[in-house]
Amino acid sequence: MITFLSYLCSGISLGSIYAIIALGYSMVYGIAKMLNFAHGDVIMIGAYICFCATQYWGMAPITSVVVAMVVCTLLGVVIERLAYKPLRAASSLAVLITAIGMSYLLQNSALLIWGANPKSFPSVVSIGSISLFDGQLLISGETIVTVLANIVIMIALTLFTGKTKLGKAMRVVSEDKGAAELMGINVNATISLTFAIGSALAAIAGVLLCSAYPALTPTTGSMPGIKAFTAAVFGGIGSIPGALIGGLLLGVIEILGKAYVSTELGDAFVFAVLIVVLLVKPTGLLGKKVHEKV
Amino acid sequence: MSLLKIEDIHVFYGAIHAIKGISFEVNEDEIVTLIGANGAGKSTTLNTIAGLLKPRSGKISFDGKDLSAIHTHKIVSQGMALCPEGRRIFQQMTVRENLEMGGYTRPKTEIPASLDEMFQRFPRLKEREKQIAGTLSGGEQQMLAMARALMSKPKLLMLDEPSMGLAPILVEQIFDIIKELHAAGVTILLVEQNAQMALSVADRAYVLETGKISMEGPADELLHNDAVRKAYLGS
Repeated sequence: MITFLSYLCSGISLGSIYAIIALGYSMVYGIAKMLNFAHGDVIMIGAYICFCATQYWGMAPITSVVVAMVVCTLLGVVIERLAYKPLRAASSLAVLITAIGMSYLLQNSALLIWGANPKSFPSVVSIGSISLFDGQLLISGETIVTVLANIVIMIALTLFTGKTKLGKAMRVVSEDKGAAELMGINVNATISLTFAIGSALAAIAGVLLCSAYPALTPTTGSMPGIKAFTAAVFGGIGSIPGALIGGLLLGVIEILGKAYVSTELGDAFVFAVLIVVLLVKPTGLLGKKVHEKV
Repeated sequence: MSLLKIEDIHVFYGAIHAIKGISFEVNEDEIVTLIGANGAGKSTTLNTIAGLLKPRSGKISFDGKDLSAIHTHKIVSQGMALCPEGRRIFQQMTVRENLEMGGYTRPKTEIPASLDEMFQRFPRLKEREKQIAGTLSGGEQQMLAMARALMSKPKLLMLDEPSMGLAPILVEQIFDIIKELHAAGVTILLVEQNAQMALSVADRAYVLETGKISMEGPADELLHNDAVRKAYLGS
């Protein structure tokens, strides 16, 4: 029982990271109708920046996280402006291929700058672990911070898109760009803002991921990126609660699958679940039915 | 005085030459209508004026300013609003949120008064204030689209096929509202396939035929013109 609970905690912790990454995928998809496959690599860049800030530039962990967020925000906006904006009218296949190219560009740039050897990422979490059931169940500080960060981010984003003028503008742009423009909303600026928020979240996810799984390499972001994308589709792409539920479920399924079924097949398990969900409910768990406009 | 002046604009969709050099103007306090068959370029013209499409050549000036250098999202704050074809209301937002988005460019403090004004003019929208806009009936959606456009307090309101897909009784209602708005001092540029209704409310009219203006004149004159009657009024 205790072992199960401890697996469950790891699952929720990993799932929270997936959820934060999935949010970035989901928001960008919702607004720009594109899959930003470079998103996973922005996570990796965020982790490297944080690593450099703590190890080489002598910054405190919290400042390092902020620096990583700022760099990733700028990176996200620049990627959108340079690579995706010129393709706004192009076919979605062209945009997809560009995103994959961007992903490799980021990975190889990281390889050039930081080399292929894994860096040992120092955890940015300084709070201790909590022990329950007379020390039989240990919940790490990383897990606590990750879950809290996830909750705060979800609430903040829900309030932002539901209550603020800019957030509502984002919803409007995702529904109908032309009509949004007629309202006087700057569509390009709104898309940039979405990339900025998604990339800042990617930095947080990268730091949390590497705090829990410390080996940092140029490909660190790609697998979590793909899994978070899976989580976003699983929960219903374009939906904030969908990203949360998809991420959490995926994390828990992955860890429990690895623990009880097969360590080697853990990842296969994750994607098998995705296939089943998509067969039964193609829009994902919380996905909205898309009305094609005539 | 002319509020909107279009001079020899040409618009292309890729290789298709959709608007082939049209010129017209809308004076303050007028209702001007563009009529014509499906595909004549009526909506293209309105979308170009609103900035959703860019003309390849020609000049559009509004209130004395050249619009070609102004970004689409800034055109609405110049005092022009387009109520687009097919309404294009924000289906997943509430009626109230839709109206608030219509007032996006205006100071927050002015919004409540404008909301009240809209709810007074469109009592049905007041009843449906908290409802998700996608669940409204066609007529209610059209009213919402018009109210949303009016939330920006436009000097010029452009209406693209406001009667499309509506039952005759609702068409009457929509045209009554157009007359009321005109009486309240809003200048209106109306695009309609229902030429009979459009000509009966308008001061002046232009007939568009495959991207060119083929006829123009006072609306009641066109209403009694034989060629117009044959082509657009079915008699």
